[in-house]
Amino acid sequence: MTARITTRRQFLTLVSGALVAGGAAAQLEPNIQALRAAALEAAIRKITGGKPVRAGKVKLQVPPLVDNGNTVPLSVSVQSPMTAADHVAAIHVLTEKNPQPYVVSAYLGPRAGRASITTRARIADTGKVIAIAQLSDGSLWSDTVAVVVTLSACLEDGLI
Amino acid sequence: MARVVVNVPASAKRGEVIEIRTLAGHAMETGFRRTQTGELIPRDIITLLVCTYNGVEVFRAELHPAMAANPLISFTTVATESGTLEFKWTGDNGYAATQSASITVV
Repeated sequence: MTARITTRRQFLTLVSGALVAGGAAAQLEPNIQALRAAALEAAIRKITGGKPVRAGKVKLQVPPLVDNGNTVPLSVSVQSPMTAADHVAAIHVLTEKNPQPYVVSAYLGPRAGRASITTRARIADTGKVIAIAQLSDGSLWSDTVAVVVTLSACLEDGLI
Repeated sequence: MARVVVNVPASAKRGEVIEIRTLAGHAMETGFRRTQTGELIPRDIITLLVCTYNGVEVFRAELHPAMAANPLISFTTVATESGTLEFKWTGDNGYAATQSASITVV
């Protein structure tokens, strides 16, 4: 007769396996954050093409405390004479904590007169909002604003 | 169906920078939300807005799921000549909407 007795060795194998699985589950949250950070970096690299981004010239206006992340008014303005020789070619807005970093990419030209756009975004969580402006000479300028979100977008109805 | 609104000044001085506001009625479903039963709601957003001034493109915006519902976009352009501004929105599931506004430049 073969008795189904769990030996001490089998028991320890089972327990350690369960612990490893539990550890993996606990790791899920940091992994998502790392993935989002990597996605943001990839998005910035795609916009800049590896060129350096300098702070300045761009003014990003977002309320520092957001009650409802589903509609966050934001405006971006860039100091530029907006002539054919020197104008803003594109304005990109990115967020740090959204499932995807992109918010909007606006393509302007000298006919815009002023480099200034206003829109409304969804922001999932407290974090940074980044505006990157690409000038006609290829230089890149940015502005970063930290916002606190109390009611997150994407979490409406208690679902994710 | 597709409700869109644009706000363009009726008249402007030549060379004046005018502000244009556009609003499209659209839920901008992100594709990240789930129903009560856990199924993912597919993405349904407006992806592109193009503005042309007498046939010349003056503004283009690529939108992403992180845009709020009923995407509002305001931008500026120089009033160069009398004519029409055409706005065209395109999006997922064959969404397309157009709107035009005329402007008199004095």
